[in-house]
Amino acid sequence: MEKLIVDVLVKNGLLTGFAVVALTMMVSYWLSAKFTRGRLHGSAIAIMLGLGLAYVSGVLTGGQKGVADVPMLAGVGFMGGAMIRDFAITATAFGVHLSEIRKAGLSGIVSLFAGVVLSFVVGAAVAAAFGYDDAVSMATIGAGAVTYIVGPVTGAAIGASSDVMALSIAAGLVKSILVMVGTPFFARSIHLDNPRTAMVFGGMMGTTSGVCGALAAIDPKLVPYGAMTSTFYTGLGCLMGPSVLFLATQALVG
Amino acid sequence: MTIYGTGLLAACVLAGLIVGDFLGAAIGVKANVGGVGFAMLLLIFSSEYLRKHNLLPQPTKEGVQFWSAIYIPVVVAMAAQQNVVAALKGGPAAVLAGVLAVVVCFALIPLVERIGKEDASSFRTQVVTE
Repeated sequence: MEKLIVDVLVKNGLLTGFAVVALTMMVSYWLSAKFTRGRLHGSAIAIMLGLGLAYVSGVLTGGQKGVADVPMLAGVGFMGGAMIRDFAITATAFGVHLSEIRKAGLSGIVSLFAGVVLSFVVGAAVAAAFGYDDAVSMATIGAGAVTYIVGPVTGAAIGASSDVMALSIAAGLVKSILVMVGTPFFARSIHLDNPRTAMVFGGMMGTTSGVCGALAAIDPKLVPYGAMTSTFYTGLGCLMGPSVLFLATQALVG
Repeated sequence: MTIYGTGLLAACVLAGLIVGDFLGAAIGVKANVGGVGFAMLLLIFSSEYLRKHNLLPQPTKEGVQFWSAIYIPVVVAMAAQQNVVAALKGGPAAVLAGVLAVVVCFALIPLVERIGKEDASSFRTQVVTE
């Protein structure tokens, strides 16, 4: 009986993955509402749970692919694998309208480039300070400081090791959580109460879930403005991370 | 039909990844260079074009929007298959990189916002003097 159930779960790995991730999301949103009154967004908690499960699986199996090393959860690996990941990330660009991007004007464009490049430089510098001083590791962790999407996309493109990829995701996650939790406290100091500043905010910080969570807590009307620039930020980061930024890092450290 | 939206998305991703692979080969990086970014730009431009020509009915949109909505769960699945055990050995690096990136960028928001405004006002005075 038990073997029969497990067999079905293993055979239909992707479906098991969907169900397990859905359950993780459910628990996370419940935790978010119950213990943080929504201040810490459910998606951030879900990612932390994901990293936590990967840690436990890593300890139990001794493998390098987190829960994907547990046969029953191999489908989670497929769901978070390159193909579906690229597919879903690209889809988020659908919400971006060129006409509205133009309205953000010069400050919106400056914020996008400044946000991506500054985060990358800070992340890469910290990586180097901690001994990850080869170009691939520096660029991957730097890209992780851009967002937890740009990190693994960059790392996969330039062939970073799994532990460096995990570090870059962790850096992006710290950023996302900090933006989400911290911004409402400092919103007044940067006059974050109008669409224009919301767009610059989204362009500078970039982490879509962090920006959306923060703006939802400040004023829900500002969410689409920040979401738009932060979505574009991810695209710009994915574009610049494995190309110009990686090449610049390589030129710098050899 | 919903599949039209999903098909459009798939075509954009494939085209973007092909461009990324070509670019990678061209500059000698043994991988896909910015493919997802190109795919996003392609999707932005093509959906803008289709919207303008009234070729994006609701079901087609839903074929893209479903995948857009599924992106956080996919990121969760991605996080769940990382080598966290190995990453924890370098722990403080990740925390410090994240925190410093936020602090530096957040502090510069008022400055960047002003750059745009100054430009707009100088443009206005220019128009007035003309």
